[in-house]
Amino acid sequence: MLSFIIRRLGVMALTMLCLTLVVFFLINLEPNLRKLAISQLDMRASVEDQERWLQRNGYRQNFFVRYGQWLGVLPKQPNIDPNTGSAVPRFSFCDEPATVRYSGVLQGDLGCSTKFKVPVAEKLLPALGATGILMFWVMAVMVPVSLIVGVLAGMREGSRLDRTLSVASITTTATPEYVSGVIFTVIFASWLGWLNGSAASATNQGVTFYNFTLPVMTMAIYGTGYIARMTRASMVEVMTQQYIRTARLKGLSFNAVVIKHALRNALIAPFTVIMLQFPWLLTGVVIVEVMFRYQGFGFALVEAAANNDIDLLLACSLISVFVVLSTQLISDVGYALLNPRIRVR
Amino acid sequence: MQLETIGFFGILFGVIERFWPVWAALAVVLALSMRYKKRLGLYGHLYDSGVGIAGLTICLFWLFTAIFADTIAPFDPLRQFPVMKDAMPGSIEPESGMAFLFGGDRLARDVFSRMVFGSQIVLVIAPAATLFALMVGTTLGLPAGYYGGRIDSVLSFLANLVLAFPVILLFYLLVTPGIRETSIPQWLAGIFFIFPIIFFSTLFYTRYGGRPRLFAVQLAATLLIGGWIYIGLVFDADPLGIISIRPNELNIFVAVVFASSPGVFRIVRGLVMDIKTRDYVAAAQTRGEGPWYIMLWEVLPNARGPLIVDVCLRIGYTTILLGTLGYFGLGLAPESPDWGTGIKESSRLLRLYIHPALPPVVALMSFVLGLNLLADALREQSLKD
Repeated sequence: MLSFIIRRLGVMALTMLCLTLVVFFLINLEPNLRKLAISQLDMRASVEDQERWLQRNGYRQNFFVRYGQWLGVLPKQPNIDPNTGSAVPRFSFCDEPATVRYSGVLQGDLGCSTKFKVPVAEKLLPALGATGILMFWVMAVMVPVSLIVGVLAGMREGSRLDRTLSVASITTTATPEYVSGVIFTVIFASWLGWLNGSAASATNQGVTFYNFTLPVMTMAIYGTGYIARMTRASMVEVMTQQYIRTARLKGLSFNAVVIKHALRNALIAPFTVIMLQFPWLLTGVVIVEVMFRYQGFGFALVEAAANNDIDLLLACSLISVFVVLSTQLISDVGYALLNPRIRVR
Repeated sequence: MQLETIGFFGILFGVIERFWPVWAALAVVLALSMRYKKRLGLYGHLYDSGVGIAGLTICLFWLFTAIFADTIAPFDPLRQFPVMKDAMPGSIEPESGMAFLFGGDRLARDVFSRMVFGSQIVLVIAPAATLFALMVGTTLGLPAGYYGGRIDSVLSFLANLVLAFPVILLFYLLVTPGIRETSIPQWLAGIFFIFPIIFFSTLFYTRYGGRPRLFAVQLAATLLIGGWIYIGLVFDADPLGIISIRPNELNIFVAVVFASSPGVFRIVRGLVMDIKTRDYVAAAQTRGEGPWYIMLWEVLPNARGPLIVDVCLRIGYTTILLGTLGYFGLGLAPESPDWGTGIKESSRLLRLYIHPALPPVVALMSFVLGLNLLADALREQSLKD
């Protein structure tokens, strides 16, 4: 088991290295660099000015050298002002020591956000915290609801309850966040006026039922149907097993059979599915945070991408890729632990 | 200025009336299929369950809407009628005397016509991109599952690499005006679109390679048609001028194919690993058939059930992806009538007007729902066999 985890961690590190290289390449394409130069200078800056700016701030170094610097395996040179000969920080809003040093992701230096004019870590940590709160509530709603729906539907295959719940689950899997968000806002905010159609106040004034229910509902609904379908399939399969029939023939009541014998075995498969939902939730986070104006990770990602904020976007991709890969690992390990029949080679 | 309206029933009957070509086509197709369902194989079996009929009807509804969009839509989806700005549903446009059935949007365009024309964009890009993804995923998944070993490790690693990207990040990186200035979309398109040609050439070669005359005809047809589409799509240089694609559409197309082929790859790989242990594969191996013959003519036909179900679900998922692209304003032109863009435009003004938001939302949801129901019915049927 341990060697399996170590091997997986190795593959994970390799994947992250490859992915960050790809992201680094895409972000540093010539049009993107030019866009950055224009946004940092003013609109009327000539091509020579832009070129000089890019040159001065080290964007014209060799691609791999810059990637190495970002990663922290190659030294970063201090930024020397040609007029005075002394070192000045690249961006006025981020401090930079005037010595040659190794300072990259491996050392914990994520760089400097050109859009928000702060170091990336300072922007990203609160954003991640905000998204964490959102994720927590989404999970707290989505997991119990979908498991209950799935178990109820799978308990008696083909019954009226099963049909109704199955069609309802299929319907929710056909409503992506931007669709359900609009529908819920129309019903609960515009029409009934019960809930706030914007979560902007949740960022600074704290989370309340009034401003946070719509985003949580919107995000939870898309995944609920999918998890419920998986739970149902797993439950249906378990209910046909021999030991369930034995328990029934022993004279146990239907409820006791479901709760004591079927439930535990039926919940192994959905565990994997729930863990693998995280990458999907990332997309959902972006849509919901933009739609309800909630200042979290997804909001930062969209702002970074729209303004070509290189360091922030790289940090965002690093985090999202890390989340995806680690949830995959957890789901594999957890599945093996939960299910005694699976033994990892 | 106060606009005349036609009232709720006016709208209802107006909508039903505008869709008349769709009703006619639906009636013909459903009646014929019901009549001959015994002879129609898997497709005919769909008519045995309520879910199947519902799913099929919704999908066909949107298919016919896309085909007859010019007849159904009363107005040009891009034309602005200043007097109809934010008009309520059912308002009558004074000049033509026709009603804006679902009202006007912020830029005074007819929401109904935009919804109808939006179906064209979705129903062209989503199935086409899914088919290309299917080709890419199948062509790579077959050898990965069949040979295993190093080929499998390398291809699986690449597939996992793409799958580890959150879709939204991938789109923000791959679908930008900046990237259209470089040749990356062309390169990717060049790589992806060659797969169908390789697939069909291999398909024919493995079966008919021993009959040179027949094979030559097939190869020539594949190369001619494939090459024609390839030149049209990748270089936008179709000599006949029939196939053309705008740079932003190519960009979207490539990004969607890129995002969904690893999923197909994984499914095909899993299916092949399962099927290659069957007896008929062993029999083919004993006969001395080549590995690609076995993959394409023994394994693939037996994997068709799960693959068809997956394609249905995937078209729905691709529709959702297209909507996401539209919602974030990536790739598609800002005035494009597709559903995602429509939702983006109208969701910002939900506090003031809700009527421009609902038609694209309902359209997208119903189409995806139809595909999901269809996939569900197909799965049930293939389990029965």
